[in-house]
Amino acid sequence: MNFKDIRESFRNKEISAKELTQDSLDKAKKLSNLNAFISTFDKDALKKAQHIDNNFNDYKVLALGGVPIAHKDIFCTKGRRTTCASKILENFTPPYESTVTSNCHQAGSIMIGKTNMDEFAMGSSNETSFFGPVINPWGDSLVPGGSSGGSAACVAADITSLATGTDTGGSIRQPAALCGITGLKPTYGLVSRWGMIAFCSSMDQAGPFARDAFGCAALLDAMASYDAKDSTSAKRDKVKYEDALRNDFGKLKIGVLKGIDQLGISEEVLKAYDNSKIVLEKLGHTFVELDFSELSSGICSYYVIAPAECSSNLSRFDGVKFGHRSDSSNISDLYLQTRSEGFGEEVRKRILIGTYVLSAGFYDAYYRKAQKVRRMMKSKFDEFFKTVDLVFLPTTLDQAFEMNRKSSDPNRMYKEDLLTIPANLAGLPAISFPNGLANKLPIGAQFVGNYFSEDLLLNITHKIQEVSDWHKIIP
Amino acid sequence: MAQDNTLVNGWQPVIGLEVHVQLTTNTKLFSPSRNQFGEEANTLVDLIDLGLPGVLPVLNEGAIKQGIKFGLATNAEIAETMVFDRKNYFYPDLPKGYQITQLHYPIVKNGRVSIEDKEVRIHQAHLEEDAGKSIHDIYEDESVIDLNRSGVPLLEIVSEPDIRSAEEAVRYLKKIHQIVTYLDISDGNMSQGSLRCDANVSIMRPDDKEYGTRAEIKNINSFRFVEKAINYEIKRQIKVLESGGKVEQETRLYDAIKDETRSMRTKEFANDYRYFPCPDLVPFSISDKLTQEVQANMGELPEQKQARLVEAYGLSEYDAGVICGDKLTADFYEAVVKNANPELTAKWIIGDLNALINKNDVNLSDSKITAENFSQLIQKISDNTISGKIAKEVLEEIWESGEDVAKVIEGKGLQQISDKSELEAIVDQIINDNPSQVTAYKSGKDKLFGFFVGQAMKATQGKANPGLINQILKSKLN
Repeated sequence: MNFKDIRESFRNKEISAKELTQDSLDKAKKLSNLNAFISTFDKDALKKAQHIDNNFNDYKVLALGGVPIAHKDIFCTKGRRTTCASKILENFTPPYESTVTSNCHQAGSIMIGKTNMDEFAMGSSNETSFFGPVINPWGDSLVPGGSSGGSAACVAADITSLATGTDTGGSIRQPAALCGITGLKPTYGLVSRWGMIAFCSSMDQAGPFARDAFGCAALLDAMASYDAKDSTSAKRDKVKYEDALRNDFGKLKIGVLKGIDQLGISEEVLKAYDNSKIVLEKLGHTFVELDFSELSSGICSYYVIAPAECSSNLSRFDGVKFGHRSDSSNISDLYLQTRSEGFGEEVRKRILIGTYVLSAGFYDAYYRKAQKVRRMMKSKFDEFFKTVDLVFLPTTLDQAFEMNRKSSDPNRMYKEDLLTIPANLAGLPAISFPNGLANKLPIGAQFVGNYFSEDLLLNITHKIQEVSDWHKIIP
Repeated sequence: MAQDNTLVNGWQPVIGLEVHVQLTTNTKLFSPSRNQFGEEANTLVDLIDLGLPGVLPVLNEGAIKQGIKFGLATNAEIAETMVFDRKNYFYPDLPKGYQITQLHYPIVKNGRVSIEDKEVRIHQAHLEEDAGKSIHDIYEDESVIDLNRSGVPLLEIVSEPDIRSAEEAVRYLKKIHQIVTYLDISDGNMSQGSLRCDANVSIMRPDDKEYGTRAEIKNINSFRFVEKAINYEIKRQIKVLESGGKVEQETRLYDAIKDETRSMRTKEFANDYRYFPCPDLVPFSISDKLTQEVQANMGELPEQKQARLVEAYGLSEYDAGVICGDKLTADFYEAVVKNANPELTAKWIIGDLNALINKNDVNLSDSKITAENFSQLIQKISDNTISGKIAKEVLEEIWESGEDVAKVIEGKGLQQISDKSELEAIVDQIINDNPSQVTAYKSGKDKLFGFFVGQAMKATQGKANPGLINQILKSKLN
């Protein structure tokens, strides 16, 4: 069931929150082979559901009232284990609640568990998790994408209708595309980062997963809020995204890339992309060709800035205060052993890269230059949005791939993010939605919008989904 | 460049100071925890100070105002936009594994202060968070950490290498201390670590074009140690160079007990701090409005206060200067003179009270002397209840016990004897008991007058009103 139907049947008392929750928990158990969850909270979830049923009138008016949800295990949840899929936080129970999960609780949703992910959100295939890889519901040997692979698999497999994720270089949109669901990365600053374990602070942004734009809009309504605890949080009038789905934004000018067939995108993905353009045309929108030859420099910039920030952000995991601690007799061994044992290979690699690019003598050549590219990327988009309302792109180069296929070749894995990274570098919002099926596997495409144009992104995706069925297909 | 009077064995010392000042604010620099010294360990710590996963810093604007105040007081440039950076290094009392500080865009740049007839330029002053405290001497086999200090706001004031001797360094440090305490930027309490200092020391020949290699002496926490540490270091470097060696660029520690500096880490082992802009904090713009608001609410600077004391209480420039030497004393003075003679108060503060403070090596604020009690003491001198000599005794007594002045005088029977007939009887007795001295005095030995005064004081245990005794003795002997 998709989100809209679940909420309707709860509101109409056709089904209770408890039944919905039990159903989600049962499915999670039945599909435990997907490894989508790191933790599930059966007892707490059912208790909350019972409470909601007992106070039905209070909850039926809430945006997410009675709806089971799964949260990426990157959000701190008070009194409930939060691991970031790392051994170093295997037994970490935060004493506080993240703003995102707190907002979702307050909107009446029921957290059934915390989803699997790439360790510290570093990865594009969910293979770096300390708790093992997540399996794509579309095929036993396929990756779901990453880093929010568990959340994407959870929604794709219909365990819950909603899940939260985070997107630093494509970690919502890429798994959404590979799992055939809808996922939105909001404008940097729209959703609070308080309580969200940092990977790359200047790009990390939390966002919603759902089968369709409607679910994403409702979940974003709950997630987004100005938060004084996050200095990068945007102070803006609250937009009601669900209502904005009914807006008429008129005929839009949509930017498409010149020479898109030169980027190494698969035939199937390009075909689905062209088909979507036909749908958009039918909806009355027109296209403008954009010259974006700098697109691929985004990856280089991203893979300097993100490791740089992560090398600093992950310094706090030193075995002194919380998390894993190795047995050592002196302080430097404690650091060395704790961190060597606690972090997986990908995380260690990125810490090393980040440490290197920030070192004296290399800073200018790497970090400063990467920031320059980032500014260039931003001004490129500023220029685009002078002439177009949206930029339309495939989300990924290809469809879901086999496990272990790319994990041995970092360059190929990093290239997964080619089409998603520019929005992160610029801080822009982008939505990925399912727009085709080939070889029995889903395909995704994305819109990138101007700052704080989430209402438009959700609206146009919703309009497409009103006249197409790709988002309704369940593996 | 060379200043002959500061040469040591023909070498010119070149010194720059980095002064860390803990700011007086209600809360910490990036967290809502209270900023307070001396509380039970780890009680002023919240999620942010612990560096828990997922927490974020929020800048305390009170600290910004303190920084602006310092900038205004030193005629410096206040940044239009300041940026916070991360300084990355591992240490157990640094919970995040990095310190948030300001490298390229500090709050204050290019200031200057005058020390007597010399000007010392301030390169910059930047805001940063303090680290926690590692404690190694409580348990035998374990070190423990107190994070109460973690995140306390600091202003690090970096001078240009304009200082040429240890004495100048102390004068400069005293000046900084004066400014920050006068403006309530900091309590300036060095023994509690509210003001600490690193000294960069090098030596050169007067006609050298370039400075010598410098050593940095870390964490010096008293004026006396600053002087000693720098003087030791200058001598050490001279010895090294004159015996054909090379001064190493290194970090050294001053050991106050052995009175020496010793190497902590050399350049090869220096940390690479991998500074980069802190992505959790957006660049902060300081508006003219904010600067003007701070300016309007700035307290009195030492020079202003000194001028006012001269004007309002008729003090000499010198006395007013001594009293305004530190804010505690100046504030104490003003509180005392509400009810006491201003000149006499000045005399007693500069003389006996300061002597006690120096002798015991404490702060006035840490002593048991209160303005109210001290004011009573001065009043008792003014109204002749006690003599100056007795007053010294009383002062020492209240310094020790903190007891009320009136009670001390009464309890010890120290009131001055000003009863004329009582004193006349005593004088008569002395004249009777010392006939030969009386004869000698009357035959012209004027010096013997002091003998009679002494005898009278002895007989009254010093309580006789000296003016009255003189008067009676003169009338009876002449």
